[in-house]
Amino acid sequence: MQQQTEENKRKLIVRVCIGTGGLAAGGKEVIAAFKKAINDFCVDIDLDFTCHYQKVGCRGFCARDVLVDVVDGDKSVTYQGIKPDIAKRIVREHLIEGKPVTEWLIDDSYYAFHSKQHKILLKDCGTIDPEDIQAYINVGGYEGIKKILSGMTPDEVINEIKASGIRGRGGAGFPTGVKWDACRKAPGDRKYIVCNADEGDPGAFMDRSVIEGNPHSVIEGMMIAAYAIGSSLGYVYIRAEYPSAVERLKLAIAQAHEIGYLGNRVFGSDFSFDLRIKLGAGAFVCGEETALIASIEGERGMPRAKPPFPVHKGLWGMPTVINNVETLSNIPYIIRNGSAWYASIGTEKSRGTKVFALTGKVKNTGLIEVPMGIRLGEIIYDIGGGIIGNKQFKAVQLGGPSGGCIPHHLLDTPVTYEDIMQTGAIVGSGGMVVLDENDCMVNIAKFFLEFTQAESCGKCVPCRIGTKRLLEILDRFTKGLGKDGDIELLEKLCNDIKVTSLCGLGQTAPNPILSTLKYFREEYEAHIKEKRCPAKVCKDLLTYGILEEFCKGCGACLRACPAKAITGEKKKPHKLDSSICIKCGACFDVCKFKAVGRE
Amino acid sequence: MKNTLDEIVRQYREKEGNVIFLLQETQEALGYIPEEAIYYFAEELAIPPSRFYGVVTFYSQFHLKPRGKNIVSVCCGTACHVKGGSKIADRVQKDLDVAVDGETTKDGLFTFEVVRCIGACSIAPVVLINNKAFAEMTADETSKIIKKMKKEESDAATN
Repeated sequence: MQQQTEENKRKLIVRVCIGTGGLAAGGKEVIAAFKKAINDFCVDIDLDFTCHYQKVGCRGFCARDVLVDVVDGDKSVTYQGIKPDIAKRIVREHLIEGKPVTEWLIDDSYYAFHSKQHKILLKDCGTIDPEDIQAYINVGGYEGIKKILSGMTPDEVINEIKASGIRGRGGAGFPTGVKWDACRKAPGDRKYIVCNADEGDPGAFMDRSVIEGNPHSVIEGMMIAAYAIGSSLGYVYIRAEYPSAVERLKLAIAQAHEIGYLGNRVFGSDFSFDLRIKLGAGAFVCGEETALIASIEGERGMPRAKPPFPVHKGLWGMPTVINNVETLSNIPYIIRNGSAWYASIGTEKSRGTKVFALTGKVKNTGLIEVPMGIRLGEIIYDIGGGIIGNKQFKAVQLGGPSGGCIPHHLLDTPVTYEDIMQTGAIVGSGGMVVLDENDCMVNIAKFFLEFTQAESCGKCVPCRIGTKRLLEILDRFTKGLGKDGDIELLEKLCNDIKVTSLCGLGQTAPNPILSTLKYFREEYEAHIKEKRCPAKVCKDLLTYGILEEFCKGCGACLRACPAKAITGEKKKPHKLDSSICIKCGACFDVCKFKAVGRE
Repeated sequence: MKNTLDEIVRQYREKEGNVIFLLQETQEALGYIPEEAIYYFAEELAIPPSRFYGVVTFYSQFHLKPRGKNIVSVCCGTACHVKGGSKIADRVQKDLDVAVDGETTKDGLFTFEVVRCIGACSIAPVVLINNKAFAEMTADETSKIIKKMKKEESDAATN
């Protein structure tokens, strides 16, 4: 038989996730293992296929990483939880013998995870190679900017964005078209478009994933915005803590320059545009527009009073539009498919989709994109698959340090800016952390206050001193030192800080306390009146002891105890000296016989 | 060090840079911001040292002390917090015998720090060792890795 030539061999694609989750689970090692396995087989067998490796950004379902697709013509098979040592089996059984390896095929939860999602941004994120501009062009990339440069005026672009109804995805939900319009009309010699990629909310990684998975959509979105407002220079302000996002963005900008998509007279039009990257130096407050501007200018990132708003007086004193990553990367899709298409998704006041980072105690953690108006319960139970270990759902935290906790009885709340605001939380930038019965709400409130207190820039008194006092009160609660009247004091202080702080950081800092007080007041009261932590989290309120009737004397707790508070002979019930115990919980975690009691 | 600083000053002048740029370049080149560098820039560029100091202490990225050879960062963002990040942090602190966040061991081999979210929440809790993310960690597993790194360091020192 004649040997097949390279051209008429089957062309297979092995697609491997190298988003943050994929990389941490060993994405690069998996690719290397596939390459090695194929090379090894090559020696003995004349393979009837060639294999092309495609690295893709975050595919969303990080809980099942590394996710691998094997694409053979129009057939695509997806594997989950792949480790490098499994690669060889897939190559032999699937690629060579044509039988997919059933053990690692995706299962029902994979389909459930995707069933209620509506992917616009994330659709390309997990399928195209983020390090190749051509991959983005092949799926219609840069068609949006071409379309407007070949026949839309800036006002027409702004009207199109206004008609789409898109609102800022950074948290505040301000209509994007209105912002652009104000900037376009503002007098100024130069104007700037700034992409806010300073994603500082703990528990959020939407922007990171979009930049890592589809950086060109952000660049194209910035180009369209620049054309609309009359700007020729843009800045991406990005966290230095996201090194791979920075690398991919740099590469994307260089590639766009190379083929003339960035620079002078783009596509032969009169429009010129260039982009610079500014690395954030690590300050949460720099997510606030005026603080971000100060930081780009090289100063301490402290906010100033508004007005004047940045659209009138922004970077270097010039009119500036600051949009979040997710907002900007939506823009090319809106221009390409039209405002009517975008406006048909979501609800009347909250159009389109929203990307959330679904994390915490749900089974299916990952990055999701849902149509606005979906109910919280659908996200947690249908997409998220419910609570790990079938424990009781307690609350879902939305909006990070500026947001709040939503309890079980409000799980029917539709995800829209207005409805979520009513509950006392905010849609925010997209962090969605699910909490279960083992989470103490006082501890959660304290966690966020520790964060905002540390990140307060110190410029205004209510935020600088107020958050410190709030934290002290919460700290007292968790130590069993709360007293009558403390809750009222806490509430009063929260409201004062809300109305008197200079910027969004201080104005929203009390939200985590107010929302937990609203729905979980009895938990606060248990801490204060009974000196008890119902979720058994607050260390100082717990006592540990060994239940002699269950103790087998295995010695696991004795070895685990860092304070040497546990004594006992082998195979005989042990004893715990509570005067030495430091309440670390190591014995509780290690005991297999439930013989360590915690009250 | 002077040559490095001169080069940074040259780039600053060329690129219409700013204070943050100077400091980021310095930290990139030297691993931290020595006091000497601040005074050198102040004189060269006629910018008061207080402005540098103000910026350095404002942003968490800048360090005024040298950092360890290995950086162990334990994430205590929201998702990592609810999944036990602080237990890992406590253990690392104990293993490395350091008292506070940001402290470097006496031998200069390890720096321990707590970070607030590195954006890998779906694989929480996460530990970042020399910029490599380790997913779904436990205190025990982290402890093992540190033990191994310590051994490698001491083997390297004896060879």
